[in-house]
Amino acid sequence: MSAAIELRGVEKRFGEISIIKNINLSVAQGERHALIGPNGAGKSTTFNLISGYMAPSSGSVLLRGQEISGLPPYQINRRGLSRSFQVTNVFANMSVWENLRCAVLWSTGQRYAFWKNIDNLPEVRERTARILADINLTARRAVPAGLLTYAEQRALEIGITVAGGADVILLDEPTAGMSHAETERAVTLIRRLTEGRTLLIVEHDMSVVFGLADRISVLVYGQIIASGRPEEIRGNVKVREAYLGEEAA
Amino acid sequence: MSEIASHAAPPLPVVADKLKFYGLWVAAAVALVLLPWIFTSGGSLTTFSLIGISIIFALSYNILLGQTGMLSFGHAVYYGLGGFLAIHSINIISANKLPIPLPLVPLIGALTGLLFAALLGWVSTQRSGTAFAMISLGVAELIASSALILRTFFGGEAGISANRTKLLKLFGWNFGPQIQIYYLVAAWTLIAVIAMYALTRTPLGRMCNAVRDNPERVQFVGYNPHAVRYLAFCFSGFFAGIAGALAAINFEIANSAYLGAVQSGTVLFATYIGGVGFFIGPIVGAIFVTFLSLGLSDLTPVWQLYFGLIFIAVVVFAPGGITGLFMMHRSLLKAGTLTRVLPSYLVTLVPTLAMIAGLILSIETIVHFTENPGEDSHIKAFGVSFDAASPYIWALAAALLIGGFLVARKTWAFVGQAWDGATSVAREKGIAA
Repeated sequence: MSAAIELRGVEKRFGEISIIKNINLSVAQGERHALIGPNGAGKSTTFNLISGYMAPSSGSVLLRGQEISGLPPYQINRRGLSRSFQVTNVFANMSVWENLRCAVLWSTGQRYAFWKNIDNLPEVRERTARILADINLTARRAVPAGLLTYAEQRALEIGITVAGGADVILLDEPTAGMSHAETERAVTLIRRLTEGRTLLIVEHDMSVVFGLADRISVLVYGQIIASGRPEEIRGNVKVREAYLGEEAA
Repeated sequence: MSEIASHAAPPLPVVADKLKFYGLWVAAAVALVLLPWIFTSGGSLTTFSLIGISIIFALSYNILLGQTGMLSFGHAVYYGLGGFLAIHSINIISANKLPIPLPLVPLIGALTGLLFAALLGWVSTQRSGTAFAMISLGVAELIASSALILRTFFGGEAGISANRTKLLKLFGWNFGPQIQIYYLVAAWTLIAVIAMYALTRTPLGRMCNAVRDNPERVQFVGYNPHAVRYLAFCFSGFFAGIAGALAAINFEIANSAYLGAVQSGTVLFATYIGGVGFFIGPIVGAIFVTFLSLGLSDLTPVWQLYFGLIFIAVVVFAPGGITGLFMMHRSLLKAGTLTRVLPSYLVTLVPTLAMIAGLILSIETIVHFTENPGEDSHIKAFGVSFDAASPYIWALAAALLIGGFLVARKTWAFVGQAWDGATSVAREKGIAA
């Protein structure tokens, strides 16, 4: 069985500067994989390279064994890979319901239809409602996304990401800026929504990482310095030196 | 429908909602039929026809600006080309005695608009924002200058004229009298408005809104924002073509002014003044701007100056347009706190009107001395005669303008307080403002 996501010798240069240097990473299907590393290590850039937001300068990105590097984001999304953003990235003037519905449309085969009444599509309605209930925003469905609280916006961000039914999910710091209680709720939500799917998550909160991940990769200065199960990473000398330091102690 | 969907999804419209909805359209149709019986003069029929054309054009423009977030400076291209093709079609149809009646000619305009939007739009819709705006301006200049160069098709300065009465008669109508043209325009207006409203309620229509809000994120839910913008652009050109063809039928002529920057600017004004955030905004704007341009031009020679001032005032003080101003008050109406703000409006009305009167007096005086300084200084503007050379008038203008502003500024703060009070009560009652 081929890996859900595989990066082979991926490199990204901006002019002379190499942000990502020769990354090799493999995420198995159904695995929850965390990508950790200090600020500026290139975690978000790696997400951008996988999701098609940027094209790698060299190397290849494979989704279930198929080359996807160089494809535009919408084509990668249609192949079943969906990502969230570190900075909340929703449709601010549209209601919560409309936000989620837009995220459901393509996967239910609506394409660019201009001959169908949007309120008359039972499958779209059903799936949008399911996601809305999943992220606990039913009471807020008519509120414009821009007026939600921060934690609600983060929940909506995850909702939009999973709504299309993609089986490979990339979450970029989903709990950033949340209180302890909010983080706990968010982790429960992530665990539930990614059940049976492949998850690649960037996260700074180590309790979240060690609580959620099956495997962890550590990115430092654009290179993966270690990859393994949580206890292996915890015990890894190189990782402790480079990054974890007192947090793991 | 599952358990979850039935409690999480917004309720589906019940029979009463549907009756209300369809009743509204039926009422609009009845109003359009009855209008000529209430306002019988030939002048008002012409005005109504112009308003209908303007409504279609402004709504087609809002598919771009309000729905998809694309600012076009050259929407008259599709309106104008629709008009020219309609005129040529009328001439060809009557010369060859083809069995096509006049009411179908707007469809030719529509297809022309669609065709040219499809041809010219692919490149310009790659980006929204500044790139799109600049390309739209360039294309508009290109087509407008071609209109003066390609004389056989566009007829040069004079334009191309046609006789609309020579086509196949329909129910004995030859579409000579203005009343018949009014009904033709009214029917097409109703069809086009319903079609454009329906478009907003389709998957494509909703993705247009998503592209407007956040084209980046659209890519990550499986949609190509370029394709969405391109389709919106094609629809916009289609409906603009209907409006242009109706204008050509109404005037029996198409000339280069149809394609020009003034036409492109006017539709932007009308749409924005009406309010881009609401479906009915452009309709309100089209009615307002048509009345304004017809009315103001009788009252003052510098009516375009006032037009510009009104536009600036809307952009600065009411970015939601006229419709936005009314919609702001809906939550207050629901909460029953509207009566708290209305007195403050009345208080502020007096000094604000005084200020505006002073401004108008100053403008008209200055215009007199810059435009025709040698002539009689007794002028008439907005139906009021006064002596532009009199120092008393100057003093009055200055007193109204400065005094009005100083007093009005105080009352605006008062309006602000009343507004805050009323909205916070509304919010306490759980009605979002």
